[in-house]
Amino acid sequence: MSKLRIATTSLAGCFGCHTSLLDIDERLFELLKQVEFDRSPLTDIKHCGPCDIGLIEGGICNAENVEVLREFRRNCKLLVAFGACAVTGGLPAQRNHLDLDACLTEVYLTEPGLANGGIPNDPELPLPLDKVHPLHEVVKVDYFLPGCPPSADAIWQFLSDLIAGRTPHLGHGLIQYD
Amino acid sequence: MNSFTLDGTAIPFAPGQTVLQAALEAGRYIPHLCYHPEFKPHGSCKLCTVQANGRPAAACTLPAQAGLVIVSDSEEINGLRRTLVQMLFAEGNHFCPSCEKSGNCLLQALGYDLGVVTAGFRHFFPDRPVDASHPDIWLDFNRCILCELCVRASCEVDGKCVFALSGRGIDKHLVVNSLSGRLADSAIGLDDKAVSVCPVGAILKKRVGFAVPIGQRRFDIAPISAQALADAPRPAAIGDGA
Repeated sequence: MSKLRIATTSLAGCFGCHTSLLDIDERLFELLKQVEFDRSPLTDIKHCGPCDIGLIEGGICNAENVEVLREFRRNCKLLVAFGACAVTGGLPAQRNHLDLDACLTEVYLTEPGLANGGIPNDPELPLPLDKVHPLHEVVKVDYFLPGCPPSADAIWQFLSDLIAGRTPHLGHGLIQYD
Repeated sequence: MNSFTLDGTAIPFAPGQTVLQAALEAGRYIPHLCYHPEFKPHGSCKLCTVQANGRPAAACTLPAQAGLVIVSDSEEINGLRRTLVQMLFAEGNHFCPSCEKSGNCLLQALGYDLGVVTAGFRHFFPDRPVDASHPDIWLDFNRCILCELCVRASCEVDGKCVFALSGRGIDKHLVVNSLSGRLADSAIGLDDKAVSVCPVGAILKKRVGFAVPIGQRRFDIAPISAQALADAPRPAAIGDGA
């Protein structure tokens, strides 16, 4: 049986979910018997090819996030919202009750400490979105794995179920929002 | 003794008991949130909704009647409960990773136990400033689910009526009974029932938030369905508000 291909990325996230993925420790060897990684911070492959599973950490806070998310959706048979920010918007979404222009003005113009301050406007910088969104508000998401971050045991249970063709089920102690 | 059936099992009840009270006393769990065994049933959160003779009803306010056929633990009803939990999360700012109540929160514990893994709805992200005026108590309106337990406790147990709900529909919100509207200027005390009864992280004691570490808290130990029964059967207190 050929190995399943998995791609992962972190959008508006902190890489904490990826760190938690590494926390499955020795079970990584077991995982690597069954899967191979496509685009991921672990491989440094820059673009996603056809994959079976896409794990996406972080919500959507700028235009580049949207582009990457759509690339994953085009290429992955199953897309997983991986962690609290991907599921709900999480910490970055705590700015959603504020006006974006007011945020940028306060941070870059009116707060003391910035000499010759100015709102960054380099064409290489992705434009921030007005609000931070969870993945499912932009593309169809097949599965959700909450947690900030999901524990290593939750990730292992989730991936084991998914690889075995079962609907992932997180019992007590594995499903968490914090 | 009269009885009704709950998911096929006969549940005896005393006259005056509601379906939820009789079920809990008989050792059967029905998910619930705004119900508290020491207070009169309120019937606002609807988490305890069951099918009673085929029609949806809140188990906490439905009087037990002989021969009632109650269905509670079905995929249809639990799906409805999951939607209610999602709506409560969407309406406020319930950001568990930064909440001191995490692990002891009934709303969160119900989400866990019912298997709520998605946001479900577009979150409102309302702008609700925290009232940190009181030296010993936080009042975080972002997390209020309008269960009225603090309202009931403050009036019925503490005799102070510090809290009330104001407004209607989507504008309904918790208000503080003081001239300034701030908690510091109210009659609330640290040992008030209104403080300890809050099921979520809206009313919290200051400086003790992480005395018990995350991971060792109430619902880290066992799910809410396994613990609610230990709280519940207090027949002497039912209905008298004491």
